[in-house]
Amino acid sequence: MPTKEKPYKSDEVVIDVRDLSISFGSHVVLDGFNLKLHKGEDMVVLGKSGSGKSVLIKCLIGLLRPDSGQINVLGQSMDSLKQDTLDHIRARVGFLFQSNALYDSMTVRENLEFPLRRHWTRMDQHQADDLVMEALKNVGLEETVDMMPAELSGGMRKRIALARTLILKPEIILYDEPTTGLDPITGREITDLMVDIAEKYQTSSLIISHDMKCVQHTAENIAVLLNGKCHAMGTYEEMLSSEDPFIRQFFQ
Amino acid sequence: MAIPKKALAFLKQTGELSSFTGRFFSEGFRPPYEFGEFIRQCYLIGNKSLPLVGTTAFIMGMVLTIQLRPALISYGVESELPFIVADAIIREIGPVITALIFAGKIGSGMGAELGSMKVTEQIDAMEVSGTNPFKFLVVTRVLAATLMLPLLVLLADSISIIGSFIGLNIKGVMSFRLFMDDIFQYLDFTDIFPPLIKTFFFGFSVGMVGCFKGYFSDKGTEGVGRSANSAVVVSSMLIFLIDLIAVQITDLLGFN
Repeated sequence: MPTKEKPYKSDEVVIDVRDLSISFGSHVVLDGFNLKLHKGEDMVVLGKSGSGKSVLIKCLIGLLRPDSGQINVLGQSMDSLKQDTLDHIRARVGFLFQSNALYDSMTVRENLEFPLRRHWTRMDQHQADDLVMEALKNVGLEETVDMMPAELSGGMRKRIALARTLILKPEIILYDEPTTGLDPITGREITDLMVDIAEKYQTSSLIISHDMKCVQHTAENIAVLLNGKCHAMGTYEEMLSSEDPFIRQFFQ
Repeated sequence: MAIPKKALAFLKQTGELSSFTGRFFSEGFRPPYEFGEFIRQCYLIGNKSLPLVGTTAFIMGMVLTIQLRPALISYGVESELPFIVADAIIREIGPVITALIFAGKIGSGMGAELGSMKVTEQIDAMEVSGTNPFKFLVVTRVLAATLMLPLLVLLADSISIIGSFIGLNIKGVMSFRLFMDDIFQYLDFTDIFPPLIKTFFFGFSVGMVGCFKGYFSDKGTEGVGRSANSAVVVSSMLIFLIDLIAVQITDLLGFN
């Protein structure tokens, strides 16, 4: 991703976060965080566990309400949005959960159909089947269509979760620690898949991670989160050569 | 004087459960409705508890009859045994035992299922998929529990009466027709309807508490286990409280 030219990339800002602050009780998680994601860009937010990375992307999709600050996603301000407008934005922004969040009680097919049926209500079964198979083909798991999530391995579950995120053809994909809990080989497969998907569907990605292999292969730009603020921003190479002691810790 | 911590936690939980119930009424009856999921839940909840409810009801009817028989013989009113057992089953034992079994089976299941959905971010995933998880998960389950429990109680009452008939015929002899005649000679609507009405409240409280405990489950497997456990404890307690209030009301109205 970082090495290839992207004709679909532009200066259009798809996610704009300004002075974002959120705290839980007396614990301040984000304290005036700023970030801009451009169309076609793939950005990694790097930070220690518990530094508020997941809180940040949950704010972006409206799952958490910030205490103060501005969030604009695809040109829409996320505060005081009506439910149907929020749902419309959510259909254009995919979210890959850290724990995959596959519905245990549903088959893979039903899991993939769920967002389809909810967002695109006027869809016949034939169209839905085609989209499900296309999404599964993208992640190379067509044979699992009628299996239950409990029957799948960790890597397969991650792929199915990615397929479910892809099925609505989102313009932005938010990844919450996509390789956490996977072995290095499967982690690499998921990383390659993320790169392929970004190219194929011309998406912008915001990736939360502290897996440096994943960061190296996916990041065009890296934002470092420290003490609730954007501590540093730059390319992988810039970060690698940084003298900052906090940043250096990630590369050692 | 400082309020003890436990009392404060109890009051906080009660307040949260009340506002959760308030949310059910404010969101549950507004479109869009999750009709398909509601029917699925009715099937799952009713079907899942039927074997257990049926077995316990059968045993309760039989045991009650066998235990009451000697006492009624000593008073010389053995012939009233079918009605006495049926009345006890229909008015109290059927609804309360069925509701307690229901709380153990369905309430704990809801607490554990919603708890683990919360822990594994499935509820968040539902929300980003353009679905109101409260409507999809909570409203459908609470409504299904409210409607299914009365049906289960009617079935349990009938099965209990069959159990009673068999229990009576172990030592004595009575035809099924005479047995039923004896029951329906005295049984009237005030014996059947007030207990049936309270079962709607029993079902509602089991559904509400089970969903509440699961929806606000703590993280981790321990949190899910605790949700399932306290769903059963709290809803069983509520069943007895509702029963107590119901008997006062029927007494005031002269139905007892």
